[in-house]
Amino acid sequence: MESTIVKAVNYNSYFGANHVVKDVNIEIPKNAAIAVMGPSGCGKTTFLRGINRMHELIPGATAKGQILLNGTDVMEMHPIFVRLKIGMVFQRPNPFPNLSIYDNVIAGYKLNGISLPKSERDRIVEHSLSRVALWGEVKDSLTKKGTFLSGGQQQRLCIARAVAMEPEVLLFDEPTSALDPISTSKVEELFHELKKNYTLIIVTHNMQQAARVSDKTAFFYMGELVEFDDTKNMFTNPKDTRTQNYITGRFS
Amino acid sequence: MILNEEALTQRVVSNDIGISVKKEGRNRRSVRHIRAEGVFKKLIFFVAFGMVVMILGILVTLVVQSSLSIKSTGLSFLWGKVWDPVRDIFGVYPFLVGTILTSFLALVISIPFSFAVALFLGEYYPKGWVPTLLKDTVELIAAVPSVIYGFWGLAVMVPIVRKFEAAIGVQTTGVGIFASSLILAIMIIPYSASLGRSMVQMVPGNLKEAAYSLGATRWEVIKSVVLPYTKSGLFAGVMLSLGRALGETMAVTMVIGNTAKLPESIFAPGNTMASVIANEFTEADHPVYLSALIELGLVLFLVTVVINMIGKRLVKGFSK
Repeated sequence: MESTIVKAVNYNSYFGANHVVKDVNIEIPKNAAIAVMGPSGCGKTTFLRGINRMHELIPGATAKGQILLNGTDVMEMHPIFVRLKIGMVFQRPNPFPNLSIYDNVIAGYKLNGISLPKSERDRIVEHSLSRVALWGEVKDSLTKKGTFLSGGQQQRLCIARAVAMEPEVLLFDEPTSALDPISTSKVEELFHELKKNYTLIIVTHNMQQAARVSDKTAFFYMGELVEFDDTKNMFTNPKDTRTQNYITGRFS
Repeated sequence: MILNEEALTQRVVSNDIGISVKKEGRNRRSVRHIRAEGVFKKLIFFVAFGMVVMILGILVTLVVQSSLSIKSTGLSFLWGKVWDPVRDIFGVYPFLVGTILTSFLALVISIPFSFAVALFLGEYYPKGWVPTLLKDTVELIAAVPSVIYGFWGLAVMVPIVRKFEAAIGVQTTGVGIFASSLILAIMIIPYSASLGRSMVQMVPGNLKEAAYSLGATRWEVIKSVVLPYTKSGLFAGVMLSLGRALGETMAVTMVIGNTAKLPESIFAPGNTMASVIANEFTEADHPVYLSALIELGLVLFLVTVVINMIGKRLVKGFSK
């Protein structure tokens, strides 16, 4: 029924000699919210950064195996095209401090040297900000600097910036860990809307968040993908004892 | 002081009620530390304040010593085009032009190199033995005594410049404004390069990652993230270089040609204010001449201060 959009085949990644992600095989369905959880240092963020080839930007970082996006290996694609199709939102809100809210949203087009007519730019900005439920809050202050916004608003601005490029997949690297509870719940509400148009892969160390927002959950432990299942099944009936230990809080 | 007393009473109290010796010892030590803190604070205040006093002292000395020349020449000192110590005619305009021309020309020549070094070391290869070697070498450029640059300039560079100038149809001996600018350009690279490098290295990784995640290439990241973020720092480095270029004496004196005439082109010989002072100080045989040279120093001092102040303004404007 559901089609696969991202598929990892025997994917491994390394920092120098340090084997961080070990033989991961996973099929991620389209238009779903996938949570990736696990204790600190389990390789979940490294795996996420491998999907859009951000991993290799770190000196000494290497990867083996395949990540297929709609059947094409991203390792064979130019990283720039990979990143245009797979957007990313980071742990800390990182709007460009020298750009206005408006320019932050279309920063992707500017960076890539794509010039659009004003009307088209306006449309993209309004559309993207509406998608992240920020339009109403900032439509009168679009010329203000992006850093003028609160932390939660900045994070939604960063999501809008990723959404503006119309990617197929959106990666979230612990997107709410730097936010207060109210901003967190606003971002979480967004996931339900965003997954209608995009596939969301959300790394989180917060189990409750995984349970709240995701359709399927992947559990990573010591660099291995231990279990990948529907979120409900995972939290009610974990198959692996390591998963069971994790969700019952026996280690964190 | 309050802290001090508190610590003292604490010690007395702990003695009275007979708390262990160890505790007492610790209190006594902290009193000493607090006293040392106060002494240290005073010391650094006096050292810092001494700097200000020294600069003001230099300014006052320059003004006082040049009063003779100020009285006899007046304001025409600044725009007089003739410098003839024998007839007591002192106009520094040619040297003012020479100084500004060599410095800015040197700046223009050095900027591409220093920015390239700053980006290479700050962004592309911050770690490893090759970058470290390059960094140390560039910093060594600043450590070489300027008289050595002068020698090298005369022996190696001037003949090359002469050939180049002959090839483009200029009749010169090779020494002049252009040769000095080239030497200066080399000498000032390290200042803007090392400040630029540390600025580029300070660009937050998460901003660069944001740009990469939007599909930017490395060049696009440099253009849209690194340069806007570091422009005030890069400019501050350029100002540092300029300050160095304005005051550089020895190497310039050796290759500029030392003529009191207003330079007709960038290939003509000329002179800078610093070079004139260095060249003629020992020859100043009457009081007005000596005073005129000191006034020249005063003008150089003021030009440097003004250019620095403008630079500070611009750096502030950039960082907004």
